[in-house]
Amino acid sequence: MIKLIPRVENSKAMIILSPIIALTLTALSAFVIFIFILEDIKVSSVFFTLFAEPLIDPYYFSELLVKAAPLMIIGLGLSIGFRAGIWNIGAEGQYVIGGITGGAVGLYFYNVEGFWLLPLMALAGILGGMFYAGIAAFLRIRYQVNEILVTLMLTYVAVLFLSAMLQGPLRNPSGFNFPESRIFHDSAMLPIIWDGTRLHIGLLVAILLSILAWFGIKKHMFGMQIKISGSAPRAAKFAGFDDNKTVWYSLLISGGLAGLAGLFEAAGPAGQLTPGLPQFYGFTAIIVAFLARLHPIGILFSSLLIALSYVGGENVQIDYNLPSSITQIFQGMLLFYFLACDILIKYKVVLNKTKD
Amino acid sequence: MNESLFINIIIGISIASVPLIFAAIGELLVERSGVLNLGVEGMMIVGALMGFVVQFHTGNSYLAVLAALFGGMAIASIFAFLTQYLLTNQVATGLALTLFGLGFSAFVGRGYTEETIQLITSIHIPVLSDIPFIGPLIFSFNPLVYVAFLMVYLVWWFLFKTKQGLILRAIGDNHDAAHAIGHNVVRYRVMAILFGGAMAGVGGAFLSLVQVPIWGEDMTAGRGWIALGLVVFASWQPFRIILGAILFGGITILQLHAQGFDIRISAQYLSMLPYLATIIILVSLRMRLKNKTNRTVPNCLGRIFHSTT
Repeated sequence: MIKLIPRVENSKAMIILSPIIALTLTALSAFVIFIFILEDIKVSSVFFTLFAEPLIDPYYFSELLVKAAPLMIIGLGLSIGFRAGIWNIGAEGQYVIGGITGGAVGLYFYNVEGFWLLPLMALAGILGGMFYAGIAAFLRIRYQVNEILVTLMLTYVAVLFLSAMLQGPLRNPSGFNFPESRIFHDSAMLPIIWDGTRLHIGLLVAILLSILAWFGIKKHMFGMQIKISGSAPRAAKFAGFDDNKTVWYSLLISGGLAGLAGLFEAAGPAGQLTPGLPQFYGFTAIIVAFLARLHPIGILFSSLLIALSYVGGENVQIDYNLPSSITQIFQGMLLFYFLACDILIKYKVVLNKTKD
Repeated sequence: MNESLFINIIIGISIASVPLIFAAIGELLVERSGVLNLGVEGMMIVGALMGFVVQFHTGNSYLAVLAALFGGMAIASIFAFLTQYLLTNQVATGLALTLFGLGFSAFVGRGYTEETIQLITSIHIPVLSDIPFIGPLIFSFNPLVYVAFLMVYLVWWFLFKTKQGLILRAIGDNHDAAHAIGHNVVRYRVMAILFGGAMAGVGGAFLSLVQVPIWGEDMTAGRGWIALGLVVFASWQPFRIILGAILFGGITILQLHAQGFDIRISAQYLSMLPYLATIIILVSLRMRLKNKTNRTVPNCLGRIFHSTT
């Protein structure tokens, strides 16, 4: 029998080791899966395409960064809420709404040049996401309705709303009735920071935000407040922290950031609003936040790791005709292993020799 | 109202609500034991796939339903192991389960998206089913519809009429006290989680074996999450699950009929109804309870249990 004995202090070594163990276990599981499903392809070459090529090849590396940016931005917002025990699970919906509101501004000023246009679009995206997450905050505070369910239900609504918009007001007037918007004009497109790739300024914004969030959580009172609200709700009450404020801030920040990510996707790699805007980033960012242990700087790394699985997954899909859903399986497994390995931090695992 | 239209609407509502009844009644038992499993959507989609695959290869509906049941259970066992033995956060693990379930079923089911199967047909009892009006209204449903209602009754009976049910509820309300008087908290919870997985699996299979003869990777379309909402709506009382599920079934049918009648609203807005209804119903529940706290919430819901002894 295996027995768990609580440690007096969290193991520092395990804080670093447990993610590595989780990664190793995921890689091993991937290896076993590949042995089963691949018949005459070498597992090692698939592994190379999956994990190494996106890091070596410049173009794939740029794509990795393109995918890491939205994950970083959304994951950052979610991690703040998760710290406080506010579970915004519908970032995907806020991302879609942000794409719609921000994109609509860009389309409204179609062919109007101006340096102010992009900031305005970004603002509209943030406000759209904030509004959408704000619904959940309002319902939680006013009616004690669980924010997990509200944000999720609203995600399905958002995707349907996008589809309605693309068949209605936002449809390209000269687009042969395709459910797509016009392609944004140059002033409404994010500047490219690496010539010849799709890498846009959103990545720099994401990194900047991570650093800001790190300072915010470390130095600002609000960081303290959300941390305590999450880990010791009773203590937070005695300290006089306002519960409602925590709910509002958590949801507005995570919603606003998800909205910004949605706009960046629309005005960046997509270049227009299409039904393909939702890319599951909102859900994957949950994994990103957990892998980073909800730490802003950790999110820089975990988003890169998850982006690697995206790009690698797409490459094996093209090169070896493997389904793209394999990426999702790996991401799910990684989170399972990661959560499981965390027990090593708080508990000592002892083999109990006595039979019971 | 036209008699046959009325009967058709009743049948339609029952078909639309049964997957929710299965998934929600399973989750209700899980939550009564103090565990919050957010993986319902993932377990349902795995059930839908397993049922479909077995039906496709064997044509045996009993085996198909069993496969869905065990498929849901198998994936729930991951959750049980992680949360009960490795003490992981239930919210995170449940979400991981949903993400994993969606990926897993999309991966395994990729070869089946073009296939169709034989649906499980409704029962027909000689004489009884032929009684006008009452026959089609009581004796001519799909067999799984009866099973769903039976499960609700059984869960109620288990929770409130058996000793084990009392222990399970006690564990959900205070696991430390239940442990102190010698009950095996982890064993009860693991059993509950497995039961929840089995029910979600069957609920998912109802979609692919009764509603439509095809399989698609997004066919659950949030029903697992709606089921979670139903448990809250039902205030953890089994029979209220039926009420809630019928409400949703009604809204779904309303939406389909409205699309049929060419009402001048975009299909997308009508499709939003079930999701918006979930939110509205949860809000209205709180309005009914006013400022009273909901006393039926299991006190230990979502809390991690670890005994040192």
